[in-house]
Amino acid sequence: MNTRQHAAAVALAMAAGSFSGASLADVRIGFLATLSGGGAALGQDMVDGFNLALEERGGKLGGQNIQLLKEDDQMKPDVGVQAVQKFIEKEKVDLVAGVTFSNVMMAVAKPLADADITFVGSNAGPAPLAGKLCSKAFFFASWQNDNQAEVLGKYATDKGYRKVYLMAPNYQSGRDQVVGFKRFYKGTVAGEVYTQLNQPDYSAELAQLQAAGADAVYAFFPGGMGVNFIKQFKQAGLLGRLPLLTASTVDGTQLPALKEMALGTLAGSFWGPDSANPASKAFVAAFEKKYGRIPSQYAAQAYDSALLIDSALKKTGGRVADKVALRNALRAADYASLRGAYRFGPNGFPIQDFHVFEVARDAGGRVSLKQVGTPLKAHQDAYAGECK
Amino acid sequence: MSPELLFIQALNGLQFGVLLFLMAAGLTLVFGIMSFINLAHGSLYMFGAYFAAAAYQATGSFLVSVGAGFCGVFVLGALIDRCGFFVLHRRDHLDQVLATFGVVLFSNEVARMIWGASPIFMELPESMADSISLFGLSYPAYRILIIAVGLVVAVGLYLLIERTRIGMLIRAGASNRSMVAALGVNIGWLNTFIFALGAGLAGLAGAMVGPILSVQPGMGDPILITTLVVIVIGGIGSIRGAFLGALVVGVVDTLGRTVMPFVLRQSLDPETANTVGPALSSLAVYVLMAVILALKPDGLFPVKKR
Repeated sequence: MNTRQHAAAVALAMAAGSFSGASLADVRIGFLATLSGGGAALGQDMVDGFNLALEERGGKLGGQNIQLLKEDDQMKPDVGVQAVQKFIEKEKVDLVAGVTFSNVMMAVAKPLADADITFVGSNAGPAPLAGKLCSKAFFFASWQNDNQAEVLGKYATDKGYRKVYLMAPNYQSGRDQVVGFKRFYKGTVAGEVYTQLNQPDYSAELAQLQAAGADAVYAFFPGGMGVNFIKQFKQAGLLGRLPLLTASTVDGTQLPALKEMALGTLAGSFWGPDSANPASKAFVAAFEKKYGRIPSQYAAQAYDSALLIDSALKKTGGRVADKVALRNALRAADYASLRGAYRFGPNGFPIQDFHVFEVARDAGGRVSLKQVGTPLKAHQDAYAGECK
Repeated sequence: MSPELLFIQALNGLQFGVLLFLMAAGLTLVFGIMSFINLAHGSLYMFGAYFAAAAYQATGSFLVSVGAGFCGVFVLGALIDRCGFFVLHRRDHLDQVLATFGVVLFSNEVARMIWGASPIFMELPESMADSISLFGLSYPAYRILIIAVGLVVAVGLYLLIERTRIGMLIRAGASNRSMVAALGVNIGWLNTFIFALGAGLAGLAGAMVGPILSVQPGMGDPILITTLVVIVIGGIGSIRGAFLGALVVGVVDTLGRTVMPFVLRQSLDPETANTVGPALSSLAVYVLMAVILALKPDGLFPVKKR
């Protein structure tokens, strides 16, 4: 009796062992994004983009079965840290990807680095992580935060705008954006206005702007603030009269709420849905078919993150235990990216082209983004030199 | 800063104040007469904007959309009062704050589930999207309409409360509800009417801002805080106080945002002015509230004690 029980227990343990052994062979990826609260639209697009890449490959990346674990950080750094600790300690993930906002990114960077987890970023690219606090285990398939402002600064200089008026919300990212713009803008600053974070009404600032006699405006108003700002800019009769250069103000999550009202606005980005790149065309068509909307750049970044992981797992034959080999494979960025070929700098941020887009109608008559120029080619962020 | 620009900014302040009044009128009515603190007032404003945007998308008519904002939230207000909030009328203020704060979180998630996390589309019809020229600066014509609607509502509320039978009952109910009930008036339904009217005004405010603001989950939260400041400054429970308090807050906030950085730039170097200016201007309204509370704890225009 006793031996039979013992044998049964051993058999059970062996069965359990072989079963968990099979699941351990899968690659486990923790995906952190903001899925509730004011920033949820961005996070949802990221999840949708990443899922699309997985589905197209039958739930595999690099030929490996993928177990995708999703967590919502609610745009709160402490919640993000808890989620990452859960990924590392409880779920034993091999890779972490995603992260929507820079405040969460700054908070989760340390636990990720301490546990020596390989990280593939899909949006947030705060300056410290590109400079002094860079990590050899982090790869950002997106861009460094300053870049979208820098390309507009270069564009304003190229266009010969002499007096540009700068507007941004009064918080770290808003101030960073203004610094980024000024880094490449050679003219004079007609005025610099910092509004309250999540301020709904900009009528007072727009009146001041008109009185300042600027010949162009640079604005950074992410999320709902951008929708407020563009509506009011248009209603004040300024859109079309003053060139409006924006970052994160008329992106794919905001345009559906603005439609024709935003026509003529300029935006800086590394990618747009009108890209002629074959990989990008296929992605846009597949995304529209599945979700019924034009993908935003956030969806593209997350999709691209999945492709990057796919390429690295292919190279290493799916072995994730050899972290050095995995990271070398990621660093090669050897895949058909939606933005075209790029390479990683020493800080894990891409060296890539940045374009300027105009809000215009696409071939189907819908309001979307149309590329009008590429002021910065093979552009590297300003902090790479500080990464030792 | 030129006098013309100052005038435009005062107009902007007036417009913001009028919008705040639409919110504050409902909040102060409900608090003053029913002694009920409703933090979910901002959610009613959000639903007003969503109803208006949905009606606009369906019909393309601005008038219908404003009607949908007011009527839709009036009915919604009546329903939530009858289906739950009436229980809270007799509870203490802390219970009311906790329960209605829960409703705020619930409402934001409901809006997200129905309409999605992204802002939804709402625009002005071509006929109203024009701007007019004031002293060489262009000013959106729609803002003038907001001011006009706010003033009409203010006059209408005054007439309703001071000159009609139902207004008389409302005032009587505020003074002594058991006496009014003893005289055969159904005070429960009277309260529901007041609550629904306040909700409808919040819905109207939401519908009016739909074309100029982003219609998205949580859009009512920032304005609720400013509205609370308005009714504290104006004197809780007083419509007159809400009106004047809203104008004071609107003008102080707008001028604080524009004149203060200008003044600072004259005296400090630009770098410091750019750092200190936005921080100070966002404080202006709260400093005003602190000063007024210190000098007149009941607000500027308290309800006369009867």
